[in-house]
Amino acid sequence: MEAVLLQVLAGLATGGIYASLALALVMIYQATHLVNFAQGEMAMFATYIAWSLVNAGVGYWPAFLLTVLIAFVLGVLIERVVIRPVENAPVLAVVVVFIGLLVILNSVAGWIFTYTIKSFPSPFPPALGIRYMSPHQVGALLVTLIVLALLYLFFRFTPLGLAMRAAAQNPVSSRLVGIRVGWMLALGWGLAAAVGAVAGMMVAPIVYLDPNMMSGILLYAFAAALLGGIDSPGGAVVGGLVVGVLENLLGAFVIGNELKLVVALVLIVGVLLVRPSGFFGSVQVSRV
Amino acid sequence: MTALLEVADLRASYGATRVLHGIEFSLGERSITAVLGANGAGKTTTLRALCGMVRTEGEIRFAGQRIAGRRTEDIARLGIAHVPDGRGTFLYLTTEENLRLGAYARKDKRAVARDVERMYAYFPRLKERRRQQAGTLSGGEQQMLAVSRALMLAPKLLLLDEPSFGLAPLVVRELFGILRAINAESGVSMLLVEQNAAMALELADHACVIETGRVVIAGTAAELKRDDGVRRAYLGY
Ligand SMILES: Nc1ncnc2c1ncn2[C@@H]1O[C@H](COP(=O)(O)OP(=O)(O)O)[C@@H](O)[C@H]1O
Ligand SMILES: [Mg+2]
Repeated sequence: MEAVLLQVLAGLATGGIYASLALALVMIYQATHLVNFAQGEMAMFATYIAWSLVNAGVGYWPAFLLTVLIAFVLGVLIERVVIRPVENAPVLAVVVVFIGLLVILNSVAGWIFTYTIKSFPSPFPPALGIRYMSPHQVGALLVTLIVLALLYLFFRFTPLGLAMRAAAQNPVSSRLVGIRVGWMLALGWGLAAAVGAVAGMMVAPIVYLDPNMMSGILLYAFAAALLGGIDSPGGAVVGGLVVGVLENLLGAFVIGNELKLVVALVLIVGVLLVRPSGFFGSVQVSRV
Repeated sequence: MTALLEVADLRASYGATRVLHGIEFSLGERSITAVLGANGAGKTTTLRALCGMVRTEGEIRFAGQRIAGRRTEDIARLGIAHVPDGRGTFLYLTTEENLRLGAYARKDKRAVARDVERMYAYFPRLKERRRQQAGTLSGGEQQMLAVSRALMLAPKLLLLDEPSFGLAPLVVRELFGILRAINAESGVSMLLVEQNAAMALELADHACVIETGRVVIAGTAAELKRDDGVRRAYLGY
């Protein structure tokens, strides 16, 4: 019983990270109706920026905040410079741009920082640990929950958050009430990149830092987003936690750690077959 | 009468197809002007052209400024609110969020809060449904929400695209009564596109008829009501 509890709690800690990245995917999906395959690499790149700052002598938390800010600005820039020009292009063109972005970020990171694996610090004091969770697991879960709560408050209660939701679901009506839809989309990319950066910094102490560190994580996040419903922010969060717990339980007791990634793939295929709109998503007649 | 809106030689196209061939009319301060015309004549496109939602050429002057070619969001911020064809409701947001979005471009927070209450006073049904997703409202309620959302901009000019569409006659009467009251109280001008010509001419002071992208008749509402062609084609007697 204790072993199960241990795996569940560990699952919640990583699940929180999947949840953040899944939420980033959902935010972009709501605005573009496409999955941003480069979301993981954007997070990876931001984590390298944090690593550079910490190595340059900046304290962990200032580096953390600075990284989130830089990731936000980079996210906005990516939307303005790379995504904007293909706004009305066919779906396939946009997907190619996403994949191009993925490859470019991956190679540039490898070129600047090399492909050797680096360790990334965890900022959490040993006192944060509890009987069943390491200090980093507790800390990562706390940070994730704070980020999710802040996002919820922002989208639910601020005029800008409301305008961003409006712009994603109905751009035409949004323009008619004076919302600058283009900027809202760019802000959405910035926020998604910032959330992804937090996920990257929280997962890096566990998986270590290298240019490919997010590929597995993105797969789990994608499974989480699909499970919750790709257009449902709340669903993505629940989906992330569920995937994290499932991954750990199955890995520990059923299929072993080597096959854990298969869980993500099985979930993705299973959800697409059985319930394409996920468990919280809105059922939609084909658009695109 | 000083003109709030002056339109001259307005042309608009969808892709290669030109739909408006030189629309011309003007609309006075505090006026309600009705736009009549058969299906496909170009009424919706005229409203879209005024808001920069289609590619246009020609002259549009609003409150002395040239607005042709400007972005939709900038035109809205100048004080033109639009109840579009199909209502344009934010279906997944609540009634109250829809109203708050209508006032997005305004900075006077306290007046906005007052105006939300004013809309609830005009349309008490919306108040009952304030926390409900707008997509779950009835057709009539959604039309009232669309009009309220547009008014929340505190516009100088309100464009209405067939507000009576799909509504029961009694609801239409109620809606038009409120439009008349709002026009009298706050002096907002209205450009009213309507299939229901009899009711539109009842409410409006001026009117024009559009046929295949051109204005073919224009005058006071009283003049159009007496016009034989208008009577036969749009009033049915
Ligand atoms: N989005 C569109 N794309 C192409 N043609 C359109 C579009 N909307 C309207 N039209 C055409 O433009 C003409 C005028 O339409 P519209 O302005 O909607 O007329 P009305 O509102 O008077 O019924 C019609 O011939 C219609 O088929
Ligand atoms: Mg029409």
